[in-house]
Amino acid sequence: MNLKGIDFDYTLRMPLYGVTIIGIVAGGLGTFALLRKQSLLGDTISHAALPGVVLAFMITGTKTPINLLIGAIIAGWVGTIIIGAIIRNTRIKEDAAMGVILSVFFGFGLILLTLVQKRWPDARQAGLHQFLFGSATNMLEQDVWVMMTLGSITLLTLALFWKEFKLLTFDPDFAKTIGLPIRSLDITLMTLIVIAIAIGLQTVGVVLMSAMLVAPAAAARQWTNRLPVMLLLSSSFGAISGIAGTLTSSQVSKLPTGPTITIFLTIFVLVSLGFAKERGLAWQWLRRRRNRRKIQISTALVTLLHLEDSHPADSQHPHSLQSLQASLYGDIPATMERLITSGFAVETSLQAWRLTSAGQTEARDTLQTMEEDLDDRLVH
Amino acid sequence: MSSQALSNPTLAVDVTDLTVAYHDRPVLWDIDLQVPTGVLLAIVGPNGAGKTTLVRTILGLIKPAAGQVNVLGAPYAAQRHLIGYVPQRNSVDWDFPTVALDVVLMGRYGHLGWIRRPGRSDRDLAMECLEKVGMAAFADRQISQLSGGQQQRVFLARALIQDAQLYFMDEPFAGVDAATEKAIIALLQELRSRGKTVIVVHHDLQTLKEYFDWTMLLNVRRVAVGPVDEVLTPENLERTYGGRAAFLAEGP
Repeated sequence: MNLKGIDFDYTLRMPLYGVTIIGIVAGGLGTFALLRKQSLLGDTISHAALPGVVLAFMITGTKTPINLLIGAIIAGWVGTIIIGAIIRNTRIKEDAAMGVILSVFFGFGLILLTLVQKRWPDARQAGLHQFLFGSATNMLEQDVWVMMTLGSITLLTLALFWKEFKLLTFDPDFAKTIGLPIRSLDITLMTLIVIAIAIGLQTVGVVLMSAMLVAPAAAARQWTNRLPVMLLLSSSFGAISGIAGTLTSSQVSKLPTGPTITIFLTIFVLVSLGFAKERGLAWQWLRRRRNRRKIQISTALVTLLHLEDSHPADSQHPHSLQSLQASLYGDIPATMERLITSGFAVETSLQAWRLTSAGQTEARDTLQTMEEDLDDRLVH
Repeated sequence: MSSQALSNPTLAVDVTDLTVAYHDRPVLWDIDLQVPTGVLLAIVGPNGAGKTTLVRTILGLIKPAAGQVNVLGAPYAAQRHLIGYVPQRNSVDWDFPTVALDVVLMGRYGHLGWIRRPGRSDRDLAMECLEKVGMAAFADRQISQLSGGQQQRVFLARALIQDAQLYFMDEPFAGVDAATEKAIIALLQELRSRGKTVIVVHHDLQTLKEYFDWTMLLNVRRVAVGPVDEVLTPENLERTYGGRAAFLAEGP
């Protein structure tokens, strides 16, 4: 297969299958990590996995991905269990516990890595150092099968205990009162997250794997208020970023895969933060402006009505900018311009306005709505 | 009053010698509480008196340092299918991506058991419960878009769908609007008329007589428990609230 000069041979196809699996699994599990406010967890687990990877190499003497993967899972899992134990048994809070485990495990992993490189001078070629920043080359079909199997088990477990994990995330106390074993559920969910991270470590790298977990979920949260939709979006963002990043890094020599994927994740996050409906910054800015204008128009209407009521003899009397400035804020001529466009006011002379009869009706309606609102709040 | 409680065949709640401590500080000290079935009981006391802690301990969410808790004649774990719980509204993050109906359905999870998903009949039931709290029109609304009072009513509907014999509600009246307050009162009365027992953590002494028939005055220790009229004496209030009691006792 050949697409726009990219040669989709075995050495590119395997990594692409691989990152697609990583993106789907990490994006999916990341949804729960994000909603449980455990975004730091991804960073902690991926760093904590390093000593496991190196130890697996030292013990087996091979760089077979499945061995290193099992090492990563065990070390990452031990890390999360210790974090849980620290939180339960000491007064140290979750963030501090994660910080401690992250640095201690990662430091230990780096020491082991140095030892390994001294004893096995070809360890660089052995592919251990690529765990830091990730590399998609050298991925074999059997590696893809391993990732696929582990990823499927992970997603299947998530689907099976969907409602339990959802309740655990939303309201753990209530979950406990109806008899859900929240400790076991918590450990199961943690284990799934550990697996999701471990299968991506070699490709994306220790340093940036947490982005693969959290960034797609953060972007997906912006677009939907439904958990299943959020999970699907998150998985899609993860897979698309993975594919785009892998393709790009395959075309540029010495461009590591992890950082390239992260750039595409960043694009998803930025666009989502900026332009998502309802939650996006642009949307919120527009809504605030619309609300401000609405309030300015209501207060202008009511103010004009009050001024007219205080001059009953001459209700057609126009009101100057100066007299309005006493009770109105903002760009008064612009507000008046909007009233005129709506047919609620007329400018009788330069910078002096009065309400039309339609404007008077509108003003009285506005006033009544305000009063009813207040009543609703006060009635007992 | 304890003779009245003991004459009841099964107590809704039977707490004996309960002590709970956070680290070294006791927050509940040697509590005894016997609640007969079928009463609306309000637990009142000043801030930090341990009201929420008491409820959470009865529900098995906090491990006591000492003492025994039975609900409906047996330990909580054996009776949980008979118990409904309305936690404090701000104990969860309402920005969770789900809708009101889905939160109500969570009250069915205990009945459904593992893996099984809520079906059509559960949905119908959830709609019915939303209807009872006047929230049927908001079934598909994202929960963060509901007002505080509406969120509280969603939590009440979730407890209703649990179809329990004994309900615990933690500060359901806190920060709610008039419509929600009315809905809660109507609900409490309906539950009582169906013979349910309801235990409510409450803040407002003024409405105590109007809404509840029993009360427990609590301030780390148990001050008094019994029918509201018998318990709400100036001396008891003084012992619960200290100097402020004289002012509070002036209420209706």
